Amino acid sequence: MKLSLVVLLPVVGALIPPLAIQAGRNVCTTVTAAITGLALVILLTEAPAVYSGGVPQTNMSWLPQLGLSVSLFADGLALFFAALILGIGLLIILYARFYLSRSDSMGRFFCYLLLFQGSMVGIVLSNNILLLVVFWELTSLTSFLLIGYWYHLPASRAGALMALVVTGAGGLALMGGMLLLGHSAGSFELTEILNRGEAIKASPLYLPALLLILLGAFTKSAQFPFHFWLPHAMAAPTPVSAYLHSATMVKAGVFLLARLWPVMSGTQEWFLIVSLTGLVTMVMAAWIALFKDDLKALLAFSTISHLGLLTMLLGFGTRMAVVAAVFHILNHATFKAALFMSAGIVDHEAGTRDIRRLGGLRHLMPITTGLAIVAAASMAGVPLLNGFLSKEMMLEEASHTIYAGQAWIFPLFATVGALLSAAYSARLIFHVFLGPQRSNYPRHPHDPSFGMWLPVAVLVIPVIAIGVVPATFAVPIELTARAVAHGTLPDFHLALWHGFTPALAMSSLALAGGLVLLWIYPSANRLRLAAPRADAMTMFMTSLAAVIWASRLALSSINGGGLPRYLSIIVGTISILALTGFLGAAPAPMAGGRAVLPATLPVVTGWLVLLLACGMIVRCHYDRLTALIVTSIVGLVVSLAFLQFSAPDLALTQISVEVVTTILLLLAINLLPRTTPDESPLRAKLGAGGLAMVAGVGVAALAYAVMTRNFEPISGYHIEQSKPGGGGTNVVNVILVDFRGYDTFGEIIVLAIAALTIFALLDSAMQGAAGRRLARVRFDPQAHDPHPLMLTVVTRILLPLSLMVGAYILLRGHNMPGGGFIAGLIVAIAFLMQYMASGYVWAHRRARFDAHVMIGGGVLIAGATGLAALLFGRPFLTSTFGYFNLPVFGEVELASAMAFDIGVFFAVVGTCLLSLATLSRVEERAEQASNQMEARNP
Amino acid sequence: MSMEFLVATGIGALTAVGLYLILLRRTFPVVIGLSFLSYAVNVFLFAMGRLTIDLPPIVSRSAAGYTDPLPQALVLTAIVITFGMTALIVVLSLRAFLETGTDDVALHVRRDEESCGIPRDERFR
Repeated sequence: MKLSLVVLLPVVGALIPPLAIQAGRNVCTTVTAAITGLALVILLTEAPAVYSGGVPQTNMSWLPQLGLSVSLFADGLALFFAALILGIGLLIILYARFYLSRSDSMGRFFCYLLLFQGSMVGIVLSNNILLLVVFWELTSLTSFLLIGYWYHLPASRAGALMALVVTGAGGLALMGGMLLLGHSAGSFELTEILNRGEAIKASPLYLPALLLILLGAFTKSAQFPFHFWLPHAMAAPTPVSAYLHSATMVKAGVFLLARLWPVMSGTQEWFLIVSLTGLVTMVMAAWIALFKDDLKALLAFSTISHLGLLTMLLGFGTRMAVVAAVFHILNHATFKAALFMSAGIVDHEAGTRDIRRLGGLRHLMPITTGLAIVAAASMAGVPLLNGFLSKEMMLEEASHTIYAGQAWIFPLFATVGALLSAAYSARLIFHVFLGPQRSNYPRHPHDPSFGMWLPVAVLVIPVIAIGVVPATFAVPIELTARAVAHGTLPDFHLALWHGFTPALAMSSLALAGGLVLLWIYPSANRLRLAAPRADAMTMFMTSLAAVIWASRLALSSINGGGLPRYLSIIVGTISILALTGFLGAAPAPMAGGRAVLPATLPVVTGWLVLLLACGMIVRCHYDRLTALIVTSIVGLVVSLAFLQFSAPDLALTQISVEVVTTILLLLAINLLPRTTPDESPLRAKLGAGGLAMVAGVGVAALAYAVMTRNFEPISGYHIEQSKPGGGGTNVVNVILVDFRGYDTFGEIIVLAIAALTIFALLDSAMQGAAGRRLARVRFDPQAHDPHPLMLTVVTRILLPLSLMVGAYILLRGHNMPGGGFIAGLIVAIAFLMQYMASGYVWAHRRARFDAHVMIGGGVLIAGATGLAALLFGRPFLTSTFGYFNLPVFGEVELASAMAFDIGVFFAVVGTCLLSLATLSRVEERAEQASNQMEARNP
Repeated sequence: MSMEFLVATGIGALTAVGLYLILLRRTFPVVIGLSFLSYAVNVFLFAMGRLTIDLPPIVSRSAAGYTDPLPQALVLTAIVITFGMTALIVVLSLRAFLETGTDDVALHVRRDEESCGIPRDERFR
């Protein structure tokens, strides 16, 4: 439980800063820091358990069928990373308080930062590897938000997009790899997987899983050739760069390599791919870093280089290299975060971070200079600082690594990498802080306020402390390394002096060589400029554009050319699929063994009418009124068919829906063109007709084949339980309001949404282009009297009668054909008749109800009935019924489902009235407008 | 001729006509075509409970048996939802007609030239 709090606190707490910012920037910072601090404290309470050899766990089942569970665990590695993330996070929050200007939205910044922090902690604490992937993607998304924080800057948006595309694509590969891994291990829980290394390595899925997982890790940790996104991510505010791109997100890839080290490493493939990728990245990025003039770009490439170093160490596959890697993760996080923050200070105070415009800052900003020099010296590998120790361990490991039979490759290039690293660190020190003071800084630099340099100082303390007395830090390092190795470790000593070893020689060579390289920097730079270089951004954008072009091409061939084209494609595809299935099956007679019903004359007549109507509409649909009349004839035939085949409820529903739909379409026709032009070429018509025939014949054959076969219905239960369980004899209605009440509830909500959408579409149609076009519609009266007296009188007399019929149908619905849907339609028709006979104005003035309230009320009544069941401790929408002895009426059965049906009733009435009344209102207005226009210019 | 044959061919005819109409170029035939398709789908769903005569799913002591009530319950809500859908589509096409002055559904839409949400002029070097 505690572990889930560590993850949930930042994620849920992310909601607070945007609110807290109302109380001021200091409160906002304090709240954010408190959330992070609390998570850190809770995490650290688990530390004693971990140190005494335990593995605290939290388990919650999520989708066990898919192997997905919310399970977290904290071993040495997880604890180490989580503490690093939360600890550095605290410093970053303090730093960001002073870094962000008043115009930056601090609430939004801290919200993103906490979301990111939570996802990152989620990655390192995940026990389930699928959960890990989820958090992995979350860090990609949240880092997208953080990098694009200054979204008004094009470079920010581009950098954010690039990071998202690269790390997101890597995340997809990782998901595939994790699925393969889980499959070959037989479990998705890390605690299980870590014990099954042999089985995983022996599995044929090992290589594809390895490649996919490495793709994920390398994109996230910016390894060559995916390194290009990281420098562009530097468009983010510096606190983000310091946090994401030194200590946390980019380390996620390294973390993953370490996490899966026991089960994936030790094979030839692992060694050859991982160690070489790391080496290439380390040397290449260090070379580029040396020549970067932008302080943050220099640090970005240096970070890539150090990530390469870590990857290389893990790639070696030896336990000693693991110790070195873990040690360097800690050391790099401290000095690099300190350097990023120093770069931010320089940028903030001097107004530029271009190294060519800086130099000589040591007199102007002594505190920053001191801190930055210590951190940079550690990065260079100067003794008595922590960078020296882990770098020497790295060189030691590299010195005896034989790659593909060659003993010189790793020692040589590792030394070159260290040399370049020393060179760019020295450049940072000499070209920014030392050297002559300038007179033309964009701003007059001075040391920042206490709050801004304090986080740097806090990070510089361990840089020195570890460097001087490394042995005091041996315990956490050993614990973490043991967790990575998942077994025993060789004896090792974190010490300053190991005697005259090859590593010492390589280290000294690197330091001296680095200084020499800086001395001859101008000529080295000329050499570099002469060599061809690739522009990653151009290449990335070009390939992105190619992908977009290809998707457009694919899409426009399917989804272009309007509705007829893609509907044809959909219908054609379905027909082909169905036909393939049909032809692929074993041959069977069309008719099954079920006894068929003999046709009767009335049914044959109805069938002939239907076919006649179908033929007619194809010929005569150009006149829209005719098309509408023919459609309602078909509707009538369909309701008669329902009546014929034992479905009285359906017949009632169909016929009333038919009436409402016809009125609606009549209203719409009034505003639309009266005819459809016969414009489709014969070829298109034949094509559409052919496709339609194929589909029609297929559907007919399918229906016939199914209907002539016997089957075992599942509704026996419903019929049996209808009376004793649901309290009604009309099984269809009991299913609607009771057995499948949830569905019905959803359906009336859909109806309500449709009605409100119609209202929104029509209510706003009076304005703009639509309104102008409406005013121009000509209404030529089709009848001499718009409101004939006979019709008016009859409908007014009929109103109370129809209302009574509606109430009767509603009340009897539970036991006899009827119910809320049908009653709602009947009552709606009764009201609509008033609108038709007496006009919109007359009817609307007398309407004592609001259709909106009816819709909302109906849904609420139905929902409340469902909730009432909860009060009695039953599931949502459980119905109940009882018999009551009422005076006058005698014994009456009352079911709670009745209240539900009343809700349905109101929702249906409201939907019909709102849709049609709004349409008639639009027409009324249009008619008025056109009459006025006519009056003005007859 | 059996009842099953009549219903099956009826469904087929409704489907064919409905599909033909929705493949035309104007909104109104599309709306009518959707109505036809809805009839076809509803009757098809209903027919999956097989055809029976005089066996309504109303529980009583004298009943000789019952037809399958489940497809009926499904179709009942489907009919009402069909109304909601038809109403929405009609109003949508009406509004589109009022907005644009045409009810053609086969217009070619010009693709916008932006990519990945970044306007061309702002894309970085």
